[in-house]
Amino acid sequence: MAVLELAGIAKHFGAIEALRGVDLALEPGEVLGLMGDNGAGKSTLVKIIAGNFPPSEGAIRVDGAEHHFHKPIDARRQGIEIVYQDLALCDNLTAADNVFLGREIRHSVGPFKFLNFRAMIARAAELFGELKSETRPRDLVKQMSGGQRQAVAIARTRLTESKIVLMDEPTAAISVRQVHEVLELIRRLKDTGIAVILISHRMPDVFAVCDRVAVLRRGTKVADKRVADSSPEEITGLITGAIEYA
Amino acid sequence: MQAPTPADTTRRSSVEISDVTGLRETTYWQATVANQAFWVTVTVILLCLATAYYQPDTFATKGNFFNITRNFAAIGIMAMGMTCVIITGGIDLSVGSVMALAAVVAARIMESGFEWYVAFIAGLLAGAAAGAVNGSLIAYVKLPPFVVTLGMLSIARSAAIVLSENRVIYQFGPGAETFKAIGGGQVSVPWIDGGILPLSNLFVVLVVLAVVMSIVLKFTAWGRYLFAIGGNEHAARLTGIPVDRIKLQVYILAGTTAALAAIMSVGYMGSASNGMGRMYELYVIAATVIGGANLMGGKGSIYGAFIGAALIFLIRNSLIMFGVDANWYDFFVGLFIILAVLLERLRSRQQG
Repeated sequence: MAVLELAGIAKHFGAIEALRGVDLALEPGEVLGLMGDNGAGKSTLVKIIAGNFPPSEGAIRVDGAEHHFHKPIDARRQGIEIVYQDLALCDNLTAADNVFLGREIRHSVGPFKFLNFRAMIARAAELFGELKSETRPRDLVKQMSGGQRQAVAIARTRLTESKIVLMDEPTAAISVRQVHEVLELIRRLKDTGIAVILISHRMPDVFAVCDRVAVLRRGTKVADKRVADSSPEEITGLITGAIEYA
Repeated sequence: MQAPTPADTTRRSSVEISDVTGLRETTYWQATVANQAFWVTVTVILLCLATAYYQPDTFATKGNFFNITRNFAAIGIMAMGMTCVIITGGIDLSVGSVMALAAVVAARIMESGFEWYVAFIAGLLAGAAAGAVNGSLIAYVKLPPFVVTLGMLSIARSAAIVLSENRVIYQFGPGAETFKAIGGGQVSVPWIDGGILPLSNLFVVLVVLAVVMSIVLKFTAWGRYLFAIGGNEHAARLTGIPVDRIKLQVYILAGTTAALAAIMSVGYMGSASNGMGRMYELYVIAATVIGGANLMGGKGSIYGAFIGAALIFLIRNSLIMFGVDANWYDFFVGLFIILAVLLERLRSRQQG
């Protein structure tokens, strides 16, 4: 059964139609590449799934049950986590601090609640270990490479039993070696049965790691096919409009 | 111990994560040397030694220690609140004026014959209210902190003048004795010479507040959120931290600490004037910045603010001891602010 199902999603901002009748289904452990030119509606769609704002029309179903998200926390409760394009990390805090930001482990001493550093550092180390990342929980994020920063942002999504991870342009501004690291991280998520939506402009990354690719053009889904049955040329054509529909 | 061979170091980099995480990213010594508060502490000690050498009979006495610690306590108490504001990336220029307002409010209530605790509570509430106005405008109306608190600097001072009918208030009612005893009193702690060391209540309040605030900043989620907001406010918001509410809280805290310093000072001096706390915003901000707080947010410490406040007042004391014209005082305060920021810049360039 699909872990995430979108049916007839539409979004209007005043007179502007950002999305029109988008259907999308995602299986557990599936990596979907979401592609499209600037302004095609990728960000809008991701923000709807992540609960930043509700769709004008259409339904979102998680594990078959329909949900209405009004705040990101609503989506998070249903196991939908997002890795933002800017990663939303605080440079002045450590990796462990960032992983647990807003979801700290605390222990009570009388009426007071104090941070449980030992537990957070141990859990963060465990998560980085699972992700096979050489990130150390006590290091400041400021001093980290792009790949390590991605690992911190992804480790954050693994705190709870997440089912779906949305990744917004994770490979946009990092070095080639780091891109490789990030793609490895995505494969690890897939191996643990998590469904990933990868929003990307980079064709090689999508073809390297995705099972399926969906293309948006001017708010409409114009293609949704297995990567094995497509080619970078076809996808480029679909994005630009040289190919009408596939 | 043998130096590691290249083979050792390569093997090192491929050990399990769990092994590596046991290692400290920097040693304690490196962390200490990189810490601005450490260098301010060294400066304070050197300045003490130099002054004590020059004026052994007047400087290194219990009486002078009592005076210095009492004098910097008011600035120190206010610097505790200011540190929290600055860590979130804000600024509060109104603390000096809010101090005067809270002092006048408390004094007027004493004058009207109310008990000391009514005056105490009213004074604290006046400070908290001024902070709440600052905080609401900054957090919810999204006005820049600099402008809002600059406005409050003017408003609170004017309110203090109007409320005091522009006179010094010193006729306190029935609770006067207790009120003055709280602000002007002292506690004695045993000292190494077998005698006792008198400490002003003001200084004791500062030390207690500093200990509590250090624990809050280091060991609570709220403290962590201050640093997160100062580091990356947008990220803090996305992770679900109630950014606006916390910003409101830090300005209320800043107003309340200003009021606390005010009420204690009124008790100590036995009178309230609407000129109280003039220029104190400079000294309070100077204390936090000299102690290592970054005005861009995300960085600062309670101990730094404490030692920064100590340094500022030690400069004044030492100048007098060395027989320098006291009018040079603000010159040196300004010099230390610039030096502190310069030092900070040099160190961050080294790291980056």
